Amino acid sequence: MTEKSKFQTVVREIMATSVTRVVLSILLGFFFGGIFMVLFNENVVATYSTLFTTPGDTFVAAFNTIVDGYGALLRGAIFNPEGRDLVAMFRPITETLRMAAPLVMAGLGLALGFRVGLFNIGGTGQIVMGLAGATWVATRMELPPVIHMIVAVIAAVVCAAAWGAFAGFLKARTGAHEVIVTIMMNYIALDFFTWMLRTKGLLLAATGGGTPKSDPPAATSMLPTLFGDMYKIHIGIFIAIAATFAYWLLMERSAIGYRFRMVGHNANAARAAGIKVESTFVWAMAVSAAFIGLAAANQALSNPGGITTSLNADIGFDAITVALLGGNSAKRIAAAGLLFGAFKAGSPAMQVVGVSPEILGVVQALIVLFIAAPPLIKAMLRLPEPAAEQKVVA
Amino acid sequence: MAIEVTPGMFSSQQVKPSMKAGLVMAAFTLLTLITFGFGGNPAIVTFQLTEKGHALSVADFAVSSSGFALLVGGLMGVITLVATALTILKRVVPMWLSLIFGLLWVSALLGWLAAGNVVPVSFILSNAVVLAVPIILGALGGVISERVGVVNIAIEGQLLTGAFVASVIGSVTDNLWLGVLAAAIASAILSMALASLAIKYLVDQIIIGVLINLLVIGVTNFLYSQWLANDGQNVNYPGTFDVLAIPYLSEIPIIGPALFANRVTVYLCFILVPLVWFMLFRTKLGLRARAVGEHPLAADTVGINVARTRFWWVTAGGAIAGIGGAALSIGNVGAFGREMSGGLGFIALAVVILGRWQPFYVSAAALLFGFAIIMRVWANQVSPGIPTDFITMVPYVVTLIAVTGFAGKVRPPAASGEPYTKG
Repeated sequence: MTEKSKFQTVVREIMATSVTRVVLSILLGFFFGGIFMVLFNENVVATYSTLFTTPGDTFVAAFNTIVDGYGALLRGAIFNPEGRDLVAMFRPITETLRMAAPLVMAGLGLALGFRVGLFNIGGTGQIVMGLAGATWVATRMELPPVIHMIVAVIAAVVCAAAWGAFAGFLKARTGAHEVIVTIMMNYIALDFFTWMLRTKGLLLAATGGGTPKSDPPAATSMLPTLFGDMYKIHIGIFIAIAATFAYWLLMERSAIGYRFRMVGHNANAARAAGIKVESTFVWAMAVSAAFIGLAAANQALSNPGGITTSLNADIGFDAITVALLGGNSAKRIAAAGLLFGAFKAGSPAMQVVGVSPEILGVVQALIVLFIAAPPLIKAMLRLPEPAAEQKVVA
Repeated sequence: MAIEVTPGMFSSQQVKPSMKAGLVMAAFTLLTLITFGFGGNPAIVTFQLTEKGHALSVADFAVSSSGFALLVGGLMGVITLVATALTILKRVVPMWLSLIFGLLWVSALLGWLAAGNVVPVSFILSNAVVLAVPIILGALGGVISERVGVVNIAIEGQLLTGAFVASVIGSVTDNLWLGVLAAAIASAILSMALASLAIKYLVDQIIIGVLINLLVIGVTNFLYSQWLANDGQNVNYPGTFDVLAIPYLSEIPIIGPALFANRVTVYLCFILVPLVWFMLFRTKLGLRARAVGEHPLAADTVGINVARTRFWWVTAGGAIAGIGGAALSIGNVGAFGREMSGGLGFIALAVVILGRWQPFYVSAAALLFGFAIIMRVWANQVSPGIPTDFITMVPYVVTLIAVTGFAGKVRPPAASGEPYTKG
């Protein structure tokens, strides 16, 4: 079990990262992202030939690129003063909230796993299983409004939780490392889902041809939008807020959460104290995946076009970054989800000004890298060893 | 130094033969006999053993699909019995027996899929080999780094880096060899980052691996859309190595074209696999490396520098994985594509375990995945009705069975994933 406890120490350190370091990581992430943006921008590259004669041109071009790029991100993600009317001006922030909701839900799930000492990389597989469950209910069952939606959400949660619990079972029963188990189960789930989408009578659209795609979800099962047709935002954001609260209640205020944290803190001590560590692993994976199932429901029931395989699966990986940045506090996970949701919402606007929004993927990875690898940021800024952080441990 | 370090030498954990291996084999045998055999299609299936126009041609092998399945199923039954007998005698089922078993099952599957059709054996084989090469090289990098005790989740990132750099440098310099070299160097540098964070700063190896993957995906995606996509003619148009057919050898029926009519990257792989095996298991350096991975404290006590050994072996492993990336772009496709490694790095991770950290077995396991990929493409054309997704799933299920110890205990290097602090 030594490996486990080492992992847990590290995870605990990441979780207990102080606010200063989080802010520094985010700033550094944007800073290095900006450098990348500048190095490969056409306008800046054009000035390289005159770098030594008129270095000012290069700096001006570089500065403009960064302002344009991150400015577009803000316009696309928070508030667009150039919008045609008020509705258009406020659209960005609603998009950010819409994009953040599934990230928050899935991030909560992965963070829960971390706190039990489980590195659940199976987000993708669990999302996919949840999508399968929700889509089946939404396209193949006929139920009255609201009830239909609730049944579909429950189906997603149950399917995802079962898939996660199976991974937990394999780990508990055989001692196989959950990382490998969940990676394999991701691929199995993806193949299974593709098969369902391709098969008539399962999920293949009634009008569908060769492409694996489902029918659009029945109107009775869709998550209702908040402002009618004005904005795309739907009640998913409230589900995300409720999930955040539920996570806090579960982890900080309940006996189950206490047991989860105890196993995560020191599995051997927990075992000595009479906690069934193995069954805790199974339950923790199930609950972790249940949150991810919520994210799946959110995606399946808000997309009027029907589900395809490639769609949404990457939320599982994005959620890892949300969970690592969010650490052990529900509030911070929600904030991390908002930040990366803003990245997703702001992408199209960046594309318009000629900065490839893929730079945000770099920024996102860098931010979390700085959080996860404290030595990096310490070496860069020569920070002192943060002594106060040991007290923050859950 | 006459002592050979074998897996398990320093570990109290015994490799126990388990009845479960026999159970898994029995299940596959029954599947073959019942679904492919009794429930199969008696139509004739033709195994095309040589491509047309070859000097040495072998007559095609035509047989009834269901009859063939019964025959193969019988052979699989024999192997199952042998394996069970070995387990009862408390002996470990040898790896090669499992490999033959797997091969038999694959041929029965081919025969079943192509009932009433032609199976182009050498076409499938050579494609499987080409597709397996990046997986093999990535997995070799994984084997090396896990053998010295560093878990390498970043294979995906290393492959992607290799593919990207090979394509760009190959295009810019107009020299594909420089592309391969640059791919190896770039990926080695990336591995140095992984190694120093894991070894010196004791950052969790799994987390750092996952994040390196994300970072590389982010950076290559960005560079691809901001740079390569706009200037493709100059920076992403390397072409591929020419196919080199080795005289005489490439004329061998069935395996000749698959093994001896390939691009340089494939031959590089053929050289690297035995080379890595030799380095790890037959040299003093390799002995030290494995000692560090099994029991760093003992290695340290006899004067081996654990941190330095780990660092350089992980770097070397990264270089090999980088060549694997080059095999992907300039060894097969001829250009870099967005996220072109598409999960091969994670497959390589599975292959490392499936092949029990042994270069040759790892290569065999990678071929299984290569098969699965080409099989899906081919089976879709031959018999569209069959749910090919389940065929693609097989290697993952097999890996899952392997890692959960269902078919005999799989034992990683004892100190894999564990940071070592002196003192």
